[in-house]
Amino acid sequence: MPQLDFTTYVPQIIWLVISFTAMFLVMWKVCVPRIGGALEARQKKIEQNLERAAELKAEAEAAIEAYEKALADARATAHEEIVKVQADLKAKQDAEESKLSQTLQARIKEGEATIDKALQGALASLDTMASDVAAAACERLTGEAPDAKALEKAVAGAAKARQA
Amino acid sequence: MADKHSPLAQFEIKTLVPLDFGGIDASFTNSALMMVATVVVVSAFLILGMRRNALVPGRWQSIAELSYVFIANLVKDTVGSEGRNYFPFIFTVFMFVLFGNLLGMVPYSFTFTSHIVVTFTMAAVIFVGVTLIALAKHKMHFFSFFMPPGVPILMAPLLIPIEIISYLSRPISLSVRLFANMLAGHTLLKVFAGFIISLGVFGVAPWLFVVALTGLEIVIAFLQAFVFTILTCLYLNDALHLH
Repeated sequence: MPQLDFTTYVPQIIWLVISFTAMFLVMWKVCVPRIGGALEARQKKIEQNLERAAELKAEAEAAIEAYEKALADARATAHEEIVKVQADLKAKQDAEESKLSQTLQARIKEGEATIDKALQGALASLDTMASDVAAAACERLTGEAPDAKALEKAVAGAAKARQA
Repeated sequence: MADKHSPLAQFEIKTLVPLDFGGIDASFTNSALMMVATVVVVSAFLILGMRRNALVPGRWQSIAELSYVFIANLVKDTVGSEGRNYFPFIFTVFMFVLFGNLLGMVPYSFTFTSHIVVTFTMAAVIFVGVTLIALAKHKMHFFSFFMPPGVPILMAPLLIPIEIISYLSRPISLSVRLFANMLAGHTLLKVFAGFIISLGVFGVAPWLFVVALTGLEIVIAFLQAFVFTILTCLYLNDALHLH
């Protein structure tokens, strides 16, 4: 059994010590710090990114809040404006309406007065027209012009009889 | 000793470069060659794997980091935060044994962990080192380790020798476990590989067995490196925290 050949022990131990020590130094001074550093850097980066994500989330939430507030403010302002404009319009409309009705009233009165005046005029000229018509009729029937005074009297009498 | 076809021939130490330092035989052998190869392969694997040092690792870098994290977690779980200082050593132990085992699986290579002198030297260094750490940390209080708390004083004459023997047998069990696993596995492979040709057509049966056994041996190569490492961690934990 070669494992029990004691003459091979010393060189094996010597080379074990040499190679193991060399490997330990490489691991200790190069590999372990390098890999450990890489892992640490990654962990740090992940934590930083998570922090940054949390910050951004908070910012986004603040922005949403501000936006919602602005929206509510805008709604309230718009509502106020609408109410105000509606009230203004109503007031203006009322004023215009009353003014228009006053004007119309005045014009109706004016028209009534004109009609009344025209009626009076017409009534006044009716007598003259009647005596003219009677005079003309008389002249045609009798061949001579009637006496102006008698005609006037007759017309007035007829008018009176008609009115009665 | 063994002839060329003996299952044990694969364990023979062959001197490649005879060296002599003041009467001490320091010849460069096939065992030494595999040790140096292990150091080179592990160092190259880790250094080249980390050369890009990417934030998002590639496959190679992931494996290098995985081996680090695997042992770091092992040390953290068994020894605690105090184990951090010993991490480079434990990591070296793991990678050295693991790649020694794995490179030994390459056909025509040599498995230096199949030699008791190698495993025992490592176990002895670990044992002495751990004991020195315990003595430095706990001074004379260290010896209370051999008398578990809560045991009646009457039991002491029986218990203390048992505890001392169990403590002293640690380097033996640690080294024999690794050495015997490697020796048995490689011998078995060789024995069954020898049947393949001699059985002719029926050699396909031992051939299939050898294929399966090779897979098992690779698992054992990993497992034994892991067991060696975790026991080192447990011994270190005992040294730092006693009970």
